[in-house]
Amino acid sequence: MSAVASTTLTLFRSAKQSAHVRRGVACILGLLVLAVMTGPSGSNTAPVAGFTGSLFHSRVFIFLGIGVGLWALITVWNLWGEAIRRTNDSLLTLPRRLLPDRRVRLVIYAALLAVAIILPLHVNAFWQDVLVDQIGIYVLLAIGLNVVVGYAGLLDLGYIAFYAIGAYSTAFWTGALPVHPPMVLNAFWAIPFAIGTAMLSGVLIGAPTLRLRGDYLAIVTLGFGEIIQIVATNLQGVTGGSQGVSAIPHPDVNLPGIHYSWLIDPLPYYYLLLVFVVAALIAYSFLEHSRVGRAWTAIREDEVAAQSSGINVLKYKIMAFAIGASTSGFAGMLEASKISFIEPGDFTVQLSILILVLVIFGGMGSLLGAVVGAAFLQWFPWYLKEHPMFGFQDQDLYIYLGAILVLTMIFRPEGLIPSRRRKREFGLAEHGLGTADAMSGTTDPVP
Amino acid sequence: MCFTQNFWSFFIGGIANGFLYALIALGYTLVYGVLQLINFAHSEVFMSGGFAGYFVINAVIGQSSPHGLASVGLIVLGTAAGAVGGAVVAYLLERVAYRPLRRRKAPRLAFLISAIGASYFLYNLAGKEFGRNGYSLPFLFPFQTGITVFGTAIQTYWVVIAIAAMIMLLLLDRIVAATRLGRGIRAVAQDAETASLMGVNIDRVIAQTFILGGILGGAAGFLFGISSGVVYSMGFTPALKAFTAAVLGGIGNIRGAMLGGLVLGVAENMGVICAPTEWRDVVAFGILVAVLIIRPTGILGERLGRSA
Repeated sequence: MSAVASTTLTLFRSAKQSAHVRRGVACILGLLVLAVMTGPSGSNTAPVAGFTGSLFHSRVFIFLGIGVGLWALITVWNLWGEAIRRTNDSLLTLPRRLLPDRRVRLVIYAALLAVAIILPLHVNAFWQDVLVDQIGIYVLLAIGLNVVVGYAGLLDLGYIAFYAIGAYSTAFWTGALPVHPPMVLNAFWAIPFAIGTAMLSGVLIGAPTLRLRGDYLAIVTLGFGEIIQIVATNLQGVTGGSQGVSAIPHPDVNLPGIHYSWLIDPLPYYYLLLVFVVAALIAYSFLEHSRVGRAWTAIREDEVAAQSSGINVLKYKIMAFAIGASTSGFAGMLEASKISFIEPGDFTVQLSILILVLVIFGGMGSLLGAVVGAAFLQWFPWYLKEHPMFGFQDQDLYIYLGAILVLTMIFRPEGLIPSRRRKREFGLAEHGLGTADAMSGTTDPVP
Repeated sequence: MCFTQNFWSFFIGGIANGFLYALIALGYTLVYGVLQLINFAHSEVFMSGGFAGYFVINAVIGQSSPHGLASVGLIVLGTAAGAVGGAVVAYLLERVAYRPLRRRKAPRLAFLISAIGASYFLYNLAGKEFGRNGYSLPFLFPFQTGITVFGTAIQTYWVVIAIAAMIMLLLLDRIVAATRLGRGIRAVAQDAETASLMGVNIDRVIAQTFILGGILGGAAGFLFGISSGVVYSMGFTPALKAFTAAVLGGIGNIRGAMLGGLVLGVAENMGVICAPTEWRDVVAFGILVAVLIIRPTGILGERLGRSA
């Protein structure tokens, strides 16, 4: 018995020393986790059914096979990694190198915009709804959060709270809440109020916490996101409580000369949304290269240096936070008036994390990344729902999103389509220069 | 006016809750001490401890109800199982979500994001594997209320939580103050670079710190489960409050976390006397924001670990 034990120990020791073996074990374990993730679910009556059904079932061999394949792939990568990396990088930066000319770039963007305009006309009603409720709204939210996380390097985990504030203030100004506004507006004219309220609450939440270390901001916003939901549920007399608010009117424009009403058809909302998404993209891309954007970059790269160069750090942080909040508020207004119904359960903390994943996956600080990342990650689960593979269930989505966050941070922290500057910062931070975020207030590295 | 009724019941209940918060808060504070990072996934460590305790207890006694010495034994067993569950998850967390980033000297934002990802991964995986409905533990002791103080019947599980927590807190205090491991933790908290020059294996100390926090968090998960049952989402609220407790006492400061837990537990219950119970979380959150505005370094100040 002891001979077996000592042999095992020796094997274990030698395994620990060999990078190949260690990597192989990691691959196999990772794929076993994936097998559990994609396997059947357990339940109260059979709490281990999920594990037994995915690990003691023939399908586990498929995953083991993939694990071995992955290990082989990594080994190959390590042998010829430099060459592959170079090809990979040149492929990913291809658009940028091909488009040094501003005019060419504009043409491409116009073409993309044309696709965005024409595409919804050629899909069925189900996908039109998905395009608005799931993709368009989240693209806008991702663009807004990108300002906070990507530009200013602040972690906001309660982003959906501002979306809720936008939605509820729309409900308030259109007279759908139990409390009545001084004058009832139609949803279209509630837009500035929704945006303004969301921005104001962003300032109120940000002002005390943005002075502190960034991780406090993360936890306060996380708590704030949860509190908004509790308040909306329990302030029955004001918010309608857990029953939600119904009959929020659709927006319409009634100016002399222009009469238009948005109804239940998703397409008009899509185009309204598209207008705002394009406006936000243009505005934020100008902002990024303006004095404000440079201040954000400076704060994110080295807060102390930025402060000593005369940048009012707190002011710019609050500005980023408020801009993000107002974008979220607009999205909330649009969704509330399209669906005409909101309830506290629409604004879970999970959604805040979802938007964070969209931004991180696409590439922090990169507008194109935020759009592409959000569009892809929001489209794909709906595609899976339409064409179920592997018994995909709605609730499982967040398992994959959590895994995406960890894996992105480990393997490609700059995201799918990185912003050039951000990528450089991550590289520099790895060599101990700068911080690539506004989290610490100091340049202390993590040990 | 509203303070007169049930005052003692709420007060003592608050102390029991406070001990739970203190146990969880120590996990935050220990990790903060060595890494200067908030471990966002600590709520899932707590949840894993709850499930580990539940499965062990369920395997041993099913749904029968023990009494006498058997109750005590089962509570010890369940707490130990919770501690092991929490420690395993905390270690894995360190290995998967933290260590690769530390090797690369990633910026702090990356750590937070990867911890949040790990937290959501574990949270939803537990929801998938164990179902999304809660499990309730069998009654581990035959009587619900035992002693009466100031005319209030004291819930037995309050006593259980308080005793178990006190033992663990005292042990932890001794471990940090008087053992080699504790010296390592304090050295890394003080100055990681110098500690490594003095021959401290930083990676190992950090892993051990996570395990220590995991033991306390996991045990707290089981103790919480005795009265409230275990479910995949059980970690979120207690962990948010424990974090508040850690900040309240001064994050990075071990005795501060204990004090902060007790203060928060009592304050939150006092708030509930006057407001409906649904607002309990809002009270705790209000305390967090108030502390951050008025005294962000907490009651006892940050990182007493430096000199203690």
